[in-house]
Amino acid sequence: MTTGGSSNRFATSLTVLAKDMLWEIVSITRRNSSIKIGLTIILVYIVLTALAPYITSYRPEDTDPSSIFQPPNSKHWFGTDEMGRDLFTLNIYSIKTSLIVGLSAAAITAIIGLVVGLISGYYGGLVDEVLMQVVNFLLTIPSIVLMIVIGSIIGSGIASVILIIGLLNWSPIARVVRSIVLSLKEWAYIEAARSLGASNSWIIIRHILPAVIPVTIANTVLSVSTAIFSHAALVFMGVGSIGDWNWGLILYNAYTSGALAAGIWWYFIPPGTMLVALAYSIMLIGNGLEKEFNPRLPQTSSQH
Amino acid sequence: MNTTFLTRRAFSSVLSIFILLSISFILFRLLPGDPISLMFRDPRLTQDQLAYLREKFGLNKPLWEQYFIYLWNTVRGDLGISFYYKQPVTEILLERIVNTLMLLIPATIVSILLGVLTGVVSAWRHGSLVDKVVSGSALVLYTLPTYWLGGLLILASINYLHLPVTGMRDYGVHYSSMLEHLYDLASHMILPFITLVLVNYGGFTLLVRASMLDVLGEDYIRTYYAVGFREGRILFKYGLKNVMLPTLTAISIAIATSVSGAVLTETIFTWPGVGRLIYEAVYNRDYPLLQGAFLVIAVSVVLANLIADLLYGLIDPRVRT
Repeated sequence: MTTGGSSNRFATSLTVLAKDMLWEIVSITRRNSSIKIGLTIILVYIVLTALAPYITSYRPEDTDPSSIFQPPNSKHWFGTDEMGRDLFTLNIYSIKTSLIVGLSAAAITAIIGLVVGLISGYYGGLVDEVLMQVVNFLLTIPSIVLMIVIGSIIGSGIASVILIIGLLNWSPIARVVRSIVLSLKEWAYIEAARSLGASNSWIIIRHILPAVIPVTIANTVLSVSTAIFSHAALVFMGVGSIGDWNWGLILYNAYTSGALAAGIWWYFIPPGTMLVALAYSIMLIGNGLEKEFNPRLPQTSSQH
Repeated sequence: MNTTFLTRRAFSSVLSIFILLSISFILFRLLPGDPISLMFRDPRLTQDQLAYLREKFGLNKPLWEQYFIYLWNTVRGDLGISFYYKQPVTEILLERIVNTLMLLIPATIVSILLGVLTGVVSAWRHGSLVDKVVSGSALVLYTLPTYWLGGLLILASINYLHLPVTGMRDYGVHYSSMLEHLYDLASHMILPFITLVLVNYGGFTLLVRASMLDVLGEDYIRTYYAVGFREGRILFKYGLKNVMLPTLTAISIAIATSVSGAVLTETIFTWPGVGRLIYEAVYNRDYPLLQGAFLVIAVSVVLANLIADLLYGLIDPRVRT
C-alpha cells in the first residue's frame, strides 16, 4: 500500500478523519436523547437475536400439526401458524435477516451515493448532467416495483436482494452529497488548495470528503431503515430471501395462508410491530445525527 | 411557456422512458431459456409455429436488431401473451388500469386536500398540541408499511367493522339495479381507499407544513397581519399560494410513493388493478404480464411527472423565462 508519500498522507488523513468522526458520534450520542432511545431499542433487538436459542425452546423449523393457529398462550407466547410453528420463535429469528439486509444494503447505498455525489458535484458538466439524470430517474420511478421485477428475474437469494436494494436506493445520498460539494467548491480554501497545485483527487479526499462524511453517515443510517422496509415489502410481494426467516415472510405467510382474512391477529400484528419498531429506532438515530451534524456548514468537521 | 423548458423536460421524460424500456429489455433477456418459449409457454406449439414466432420477434437476428424490434412492438402496444391468462398482455392491462385509476385518483385528491388542510393548520399553530399530534401521526403514517396498515384495517374489519376486504364486488351476486352495483363497489372500495389516503396523506402534510413554516416567516405575511387581514385569508389565500411551488417540486417523489402505495394496497385487498397484477404475475411467474405491468406503471409515473413539471411552469413565471 506504500506506493508513495501521497497515498500515505491520504491514509493518515483518513485515519484522523475516522477517529474524529467516532469521537464526534460518541459525544453526540451522550447529549442527544433521541439517538439514545434509538440505540437502546436496537441493542434490545441485538440481544434478542444473539440469545434467540436461549430465549425460546423451539427452533424455527419445528412444526406441530396438532397445534395449528393457536392463539397466544403460555406455551406459545405469540401463538402458532398454519404449520404449528411457534410464532414467537419465528419473529425473534427474523431480526437477524433484517439487520443483515439493512446494514449491507445501506453500505452499498452509501458508497455509490458518496462517489456519485462527489464526482457529480465536483466535476460538473456532462458527467454531472448524466449522473443527475440517473438520480432523477431513480427518484421518480416507484422503486419497489422495479425491485420486484428485478428480484423475480435475477433470483431471490439474500445476496441478490441486498444488491437490488443497495443499487436502487443511493439517489437521495448522492443528491445531498452533491449539493454540499457544490457549495463547498466556492469556498476560498478549496480555491487556495487548487492554486497551490493540489490535484483533484487530493482536494476531493483531503478537503471535500471530510465535510460530506457527517451527512453521509446520517443519511446512511436513514437508508438502513429504508432498506429494512424495502426488504419486507419485497418479500411480502413474493420476492426475496424465502429461505431465511424475516418479518416480510411471516406477513406473506399470514396473508397467503388465509390467516389474515380469518382475522388471526397474532399472526399479523407482531411481525409488523417488530419491523416498524426497529425501522423507527434506526430513523430516530438517523434524524438525530442529521440534526446534530448540520449539513450546510462545512466547518463543523474540517477543524484540523 | 418557454420552449427550452418544454423541450428539456420532454427530452428528459423521453430519456426516462427509453431507460425503462432498455432496463426491461435487458432484464427479461436475463431469464433462462428462449424468450419465445417463455412468452408462449405452451407445449402444443409445433416447431414450425415456434420458428414463425422466433421470426416474428426477430430472435434469429442479432441482439441489437432484436432490441429495435422489441422497441417497435412495445410502442405499437404489442406486449406479448400472458402465460397465465392466455390473452394479450395489453388487453389485460387496459382492463385493469381502469380499476387502478378508480382507486388511485380519488384517494390522491382526498389525501392532498387533507394534507394541505392539516399541514397549514399545523404550521400556523407551530409547536402546539395540534401540531404535535398532526406531525407525529403524519410521520408514522408516512413510514408505516402500506400492506401492513391495510392488513390492520382488514383485521379491524373482520373483527369489528364487517366491511368487505377482498376484490371489487361480491361474487355470484346479481344486481337488480345500477344503484345496487354502485353500492357494492363503494363498500368494497372503502378500506383500500382509506389505506391509500392514509399512507399518502402523511407525506403531503409534512411537505405542506414544512413549506408553510418557511412562508409564514416571510415579511409580506407579517405585513398582512399588521394590515389586519383575517387569518384564514392570510393562511389559505396568500400563504398557500406560495406553498404551492415547493409542494409541486416535491410532487414527483410523491407520485412514485403514491404509486408504490397503490401497488401494495391493491395487493393486500385483492383489488383487481395493475398493482395487483404485479403480485399475481410474480406468483404465477408470468413474465410477459410482469413486464407489461411494470412498463405501464413506470411510464405513467414518468408522464405524470412531466405533467406536474409543466404545471409548475405554468404557475411559476420564473421557469418560463
